[in-house]
Amino acid sequence: MKVLVPVKRVVDYNVKIRVKADNTGVDLANVKMSMNPFDEISVEEAIRLKEAGKATEVVVVSIGPAQAAETIRTALAMGADRGILIKTDEEVQPLAVAKLLKGVVDEEQPGLVIVGKQAIDDDSNQTGQMLSALLGWGQATFASKVVIGDGSAEVTREVDGGLETLSLKLPAIVTSDLRLNEPRYASLPNIMKAKKKPLAEKAPADYGVDIAPRLKTLKVEEPPKRSAGIKVPDVATLVEKLKTEAGVL
Amino acid sequence: MAILVLAENDSTGVKPATLNAVAAAKEIGGDIHVLVAGGGADEAAKIDDVAKVLSADDAAYANRLAEPLAALIVSIAGGYDYIVAPATTSGKNVMPRVAALLDVAQISDIVKVVSGDTFVRPIYAGNALATVQSSDAKKVITVRTTAFPAVGMSGSAPVEAVAAAGDPGLSSFVGAELSKSERPELTSARVVVSGGRGMQSGDNFHLLDKIADKLGAAVGASRAAVDAGFVPNDYQVGQTGKIVAPELYIAVGISGAIQHLAGMKDSKVIVAINKDEEAPIFQVADYGLVADLFKALPELEAELSK
Repeated sequence: MKVLVPVKRVVDYNVKIRVKADNTGVDLANVKMSMNPFDEISVEEAIRLKEAGKATEVVVVSIGPAQAAETIRTALAMGADRGILIKTDEEVQPLAVAKLLKGVVDEEQPGLVIVGKQAIDDDSNQTGQMLSALLGWGQATFASKVVIGDGSAEVTREVDGGLETLSLKLPAIVTSDLRLNEPRYASLPNIMKAKKKPLAEKAPADYGVDIAPRLKTLKVEEPPKRSAGIKVPDVATLVEKLKTEAGVL
Repeated sequence: MAILVLAENDSTGVKPATLNAVAAAKEIGGDIHVLVAGGGADEAAKIDDVAKVLSADDAAYANRLAEPLAALIVSIAGGYDYIVAPATTSGKNVMPRVAALLDVAQISDIVKVVSGDTFVRPIYAGNALATVQSSDAKKVITVRTTAFPAVGMSGSAPVEAVAAAGDPGLSSFVGAELSKSERPELTSARVVVSGGRGMQSGDNFHLLDKIADKLGAAVGASRAAVDAGFVPNDYQVGQTGKIVAPELYIAVGISGAIQHLAGMKDSKVIVAINKDEEAPIFQVADYGLVADLFKALPELEAELSK
């Protein structure tokens, strides 16, 4: 079984982002970029399936500018087998991403696609579900455990009330949550080896997909700042203030 | 204009998140119909400002599997300009599927309705707010429940049955391990008491339980506490966990990572108890107490008993 993993290049999760002064977006100049953390978890899961003999090949795909190739190389250094870069400098929103990924799935015929549950830049949480709809496949979002069986997968999901487990007919889509696994660090020899792994370059037009955004961003603003309050010396003062000043007790 | 709101429900009734989603629909403006899949329609009929409740009482929807539920919504979507759901794990699971089947973009997690086609939504863990305009004829929206105060439950809408749309049989429910608690739900509690890595163990959460009992509060946790296995995943407050905005949020032994703040910074009053006075949580706290939590929590419990 082939496993396909989409990866997105996003602002590193440690970076404190800044909204541009003209409110057109977030300042991305000279900001550290990394693989979306949920995608890293997806790559790790796919590699573990391969190591366990459940998967035969791990293919990673990224949609983005030329630099997204670095994100693919990171996945290859972790242990993925080959990459596909769908190169574009345009903004590609989740529905268009899902349509492009459907094109890749049609070509590659994976038995499983593992998608990060959301990207930490736009926080949309849509792509996996949309891809699954376009393919007419089953979906298990927010996965914390994946067990591959014969033609099916049993997936434990993190839901509001706790955990639930679904059985999916394969092929299917799984979206990964934080506790699915802890991704490995790529070793230096593997980083060197990754440079020789195949990376195909494509364009959105190759898949006949119109990537024009459906949502227009009119402006991006900073949220109202919450300022620090006061320090209280002891518990008694705290309770007193909550009762009289804040009026919440 | 007609708006379809997907109720968050189980067979026993509708959950509070539904009331926030209806509140958002009210701001959009139009005839509001609530779709209840899998029982609980009688209770939904009491929701204020609802013109009609559509009940699809079929076993296929008992576990809210995405594929049959999306098929149901799409089967009746023709009559609606907006399809709205609360951004719960269930809403987040099914709505993008609906959007893709309808070939429209989804507008996730809106916190404000600017106009019929323009909405505000948080991006980058709430560190920026984007105002987005949709060019799609039909709009599929999920609602951040904390941003829209719940509507009341004093209505009496007519209930109409809708036909089930079949189960494509792509997935099946195996089982669930749901946390049982007598406490209010995290996302709708008036007071939330959360613990972080500083709690040091799951057993120590009983210190928070005692405070929560005194205050009628829900108990939450930071990602660090969940990752460390102190408490189950459904306790997690943060960017990728639950978003809460109670009247009072008490953060205990939580340093205040960006992704945690994303889940609670809209709380009305924030209290932080941490022994590290440099902890970032103090930058958003209205009241900060620099103290050892193992000393402060029993004191707090005693003080609240007075």
